[in-house]
This record gives sequence, C-alpha cells and structure tokens, in this order.
Amino acid sequence: MISTRVSIAGVELKNPVMTASGTFGSGMEYGEFVDLSRLGAVVTKGVANVPWPGNPTPRVAEIRGGMMNAIGLQNPGVETFCSRDLPFLEQFDTAVVVNVCGHTTEEYVEVVERLSEEKRVDLLEINISCPNVRCGGISFGQNPESVEEITREIKKHAKQPVIMKLSPNVTDITELARAAEAGGADAISMINTLTGMKIDVNRRTFALANQTGGVSGPAIHPIAVRMVYQSAQAVQIPIIGMGGITSAQDALEFILAGATAVAVGTANFRNPHTTIEVIDGVEDYMRCQNVEDIRTLIGAVK
Amino acid sequence: MAEKSMIRAEILSQERIASQIYSMWLKAEPIARAAVPGQFVSVYSNDSGRMLPRPISICETNPERGALRLVYRVVGAGTAEFSGYQAGDRLDILGPLGNGFPLDRCQNGRTAFLIGGGIGIPPMVELSRRLKGRALAVAGYRDELFLAEELAAYGELRIAVEDASLSAAEPYGVTHGNVLDCIRQNHLHADVIYACGPTPMLRAVKAYAQENRIECWLSLEQRMACGFGACLACVCESAAADPHSQVKNKRVCKEGPVFAAEDVIL
Repeated sequence: MISTRVSIAGVELKNPVMTASGTFGSGMEYGEFVDLSRLGAVVTKGVANVPWPGNPTPRVAEIRGGMMNAIGLQNPGVETFCSRDLPFLEQFDTAVVVNVCGHTTEEYVEVVERLSEEKRVDLLEINISCPNVRCGGISFGQNPESVEEITREIKKHAKQPVIMKLSPNVTDITELARAAEAGGADAISMINTLTGMKIDVNRRTFALANQTGGVSGPAIHPIAVRMVYQSAQAVQIPIIGMGGITSAQDALEFILAGATAVAVGTANFRNPHTTIEVIDGVEDYMRCQNVEDIRTLIGAVK
Repeated sequence: MAEKSMIRAEILSQERIASQIYSMWLKAEPIARAAVPGQFVSVYSNDSGRMLPRPISICETNPERGALRLVYRVVGAGTAEFSGYQAGDRLDILGPLGNGFPLDRCQNGRTAFLIGGGIGIPPMVELSRRLKGRALAVAGYRDELFLAEELAAYGELRIAVEDASLSAAEPYGVTHGNVLDCIRQNHLHADVIYACGPTPMLRAVKAYAQENRIECWLSLEQRMACGFGACLACVCESAAADPHSQVKNKRVCKEGPVFAAEDVIL
C-alpha cells in the first residue's frame, strides 16, 4: 500500500498535487473536468480586500513551450470570495489554500484577518511576487528585508499557516527564502512567473497591453527546479514547487529537488485534466519504483 | 447550458475557401448536437509546445452526421498547423463554449440582420440556418468572398466589399463600401441585429442600432487562455459591474461571446 500523504505546516494533504494560483479560479470552472476531491489542495486565484479590475487586454500571449500573462490580479474581493467561492469549495474533500494579494501591508492584513474567521480556509498563500502589478506585489517580493517584514506582520494576524510565494525575478532566490523563514513563514511556494516581453512583429506592438508579463509553462521548468533545489538547501520550512509541470515526471523532479508539494498551473489550460493525470502518474511511479511513502522522495536527489 | 465535451475529433474534410481562409468539417457528435449558433470550440494543437487552445467559432453543424464545421483564418503557427491537416487526421477540441446568439429574439414574422465582417462571417451561417424569423445576412468582405453560397441558401444575402473591382463580378447584390453602407444604400430594415466582426465594425453597428432603436447583439473576440472562464484573460469592458467579477469586466468566453450591445463598452 503506497502513501502519497504529505503535510504542510500541520495541514495534511492526501497527495502533494495542488493547483497554481490564477490558473484554476476557485475551482468552479474545473468541476466539469476534474473531481476536485482528488486534489491535494485547491489554491485559489489571488483575493484582495476589495474587487480589482485587473489590466487592459490583451492579457495573454503564447510563447514556445509556454505563455505569458498580465491579468493584473483581477478578483472579486474577499467578501464575494467568502460568500460565493468558499461555500462551493466546502463541498469537496480537499485542502483549501487561499492566495492573498494587496498593494500595501494593510491591505494584505485586512484580507488575512477576514479569512481568519473562515474555518474552511486551511492555508494562506501570500502573493508578494506578482510581476504584473506595479505597486504592491513584486515591490515587496524582491527585497529580503521587506519580505521578512511583511511576513512577520502577516504572521501576527493570521490564524491559518502562512505560505509566502516567492518571485524568481531576483539575483538569489535563497535570500528571499531565508527572509521568509526568518519572518516566521510556515512554508514557501515557488516560483511565481518570470518577467518577460513579447513583441508582435507584424503589428510592431507589444503582444500584451501591459508590455511585460509573467512567463510560465514548460519553458521555465528547469529554472524552477533549480531554484527549489537551492532553496531546499537554505531553509528548513517546507517548499511547494511549481513552474511548468505538465506530467508526473515534472512533478517528481520538484519533489526530488526538495519540494514537499507541487502545483500545476499553465498545463491546466492545455489539458484541464492535468492535475489528475499527475496524481495518477505519481502513484504509478511509486509502484514501479517500489516507493511506499512519498515523503522518502522529498529532496532525495543524489 | 449544454455540457461541454472534450473530444479527439477526426477531421472529415478540409479545404481552402479563400486565400488564408480554411473550412474544416470534424466528427464531433456531442458538440454538433449541443451547439447553438454563436458558440465556439477550443482547438488544441497536436504540438505539445503550443500550450494554448485556439478559440474558433462554429460555422455550421450537421447533427445527423454528428459533424461540426469550422471556418478559420490562418493567422499564426497554430492555425497554420490546423490548415495542414487532412481527412483522417485528428485534433483535440473542447466545446461547445460560450453562450451563443439568442435565437428567440427573432421568431416568425420578424426580420434579423446577420452582420458579419471578415472572419466574423462564419457564425452567421449556422445562425441563418437555425433562425425562425427572416434572416437577412449582410456580409462585409475586403476583396474575396467566402461562405456567400451558404448564406444565400439558408436566408437572404447582401454583400459589401471594400475592393470596388469585385463589385461587378459577383452574382449577389453587391455594395461597394462597408456593411452599414450596404444597409443604408439598399434601404434595408430589421427588427433585431446579430453581428460579429472587427471591433470598429461592431462599434459602428452598435451606434447604428442605437440611432435606429433596434435590438442589437454583438459577438466579441478576445485573446483567451483557458476558454471556460477560469483564467480571466479574455475580458471585455461592461457598462455595469458584472456579478461574477464584481468589476466592470465580463468574460468573453463565459458570459459571452455574445452580448447585448448596450451591456458592453467597445
């Protein structure tokens, strides 16, 4: 009998496969394709204190082996999220991770406090790394001092364990990982998208209205695996690895590099069943390789 | 709304019907049966390096044969790949997606303009085929006609062309100019408008509908990622706050692609 159970800051997950924030809404639209109760966790799209309109369109563009987005964290605000999306998620036997975004420390704290009243929320993921929102987001996430400071502030107000989501758009991501840990983070997730630019040569315009956007998909997978491996050497807290997972093999690379759990993002757009295929594939791998407990694979790369 | 199906669909036929315009029939029984005019399908590349589906409007269905017709323009590597496939090849498709045109707004005894511009013309074929009332298609082309025979067969057809040299050569009533020139010069009248095409055309159609107090439905286009409402890539600006987004944004793939003209800002 194999066990795929893992634990993040005391929250038990039936398997290590989550959804990456922003690619899965609050799960509603995927319910037609996926039994959400099979997922280790649903990670919601970023939620702010009030509704955010997001960026102008076009907001997405395709690149070879991936895509770019500059959605700009459009979201309906925490009240609508709590009254509409959380009751929906309540129906499923899966962990609920709510991604939190804001422009200022106060805005993050406001959302965190509102969510602390909600029993259905198992974990908070703090998005301090969105490259598409100028003020807030990335401005916190690129500097170790401010990462530590905002982590500490959020930890003061949070009832649920806190995951800090890190930006790869830095010289040394391990500095941010250490800063989050020093600030009291219960876990870190990585990587958010890499900032990129695409130009439409026929129109001689930027492909995205925002000019720059976050690159995701298989093209960034090796970069993300490297960053997870380096961070796993630098901190003790659990890491959730993400970046370009399309298969169980891709997910297992993160786990062997030191991730306790993984998240599937862009691949959901190409194949809405990807999360389930990754879960099944990880189990197949464990059977083939005679691995009884998935936790023995975490950081087991030789 | 009818359930979506993800199908590995067999291509029944493919032909080029104008310079960059291709027509593909696919075997996709549940989608062909469930689809209403104005809905679309997501077509996935067979190349795993192309991550995003291409949203393509449904041009025509044949529920008896379980077949679906897509007419699309080759604009990039994805659609170029699709255009290279032949009968017997397969493609993953997901659909039907989006809301479609409200057919009940044009019952017997009423007349509808089906205004299509360029690659906005294909959905008008199925709409013309399924509409209970009188379907008067007004199709705007740059320099090459396509789908004119189908539109003329299922309803009535008027044509507007930008290229004057084409005007004399065609058997249909041809106006030199745009779709609104065609409507005005021919003194055409309708009770309801359905339109799909480039944004400047939709903007002009919306203004015309407002001036003449005609009910108007517009099908919009936008860059998409998921195609089913999760990613919030394909939004359009709405006149009022949308209940789903809580801001003045509606999802073209989910609340649309067809909107009441007064509900969207173009």
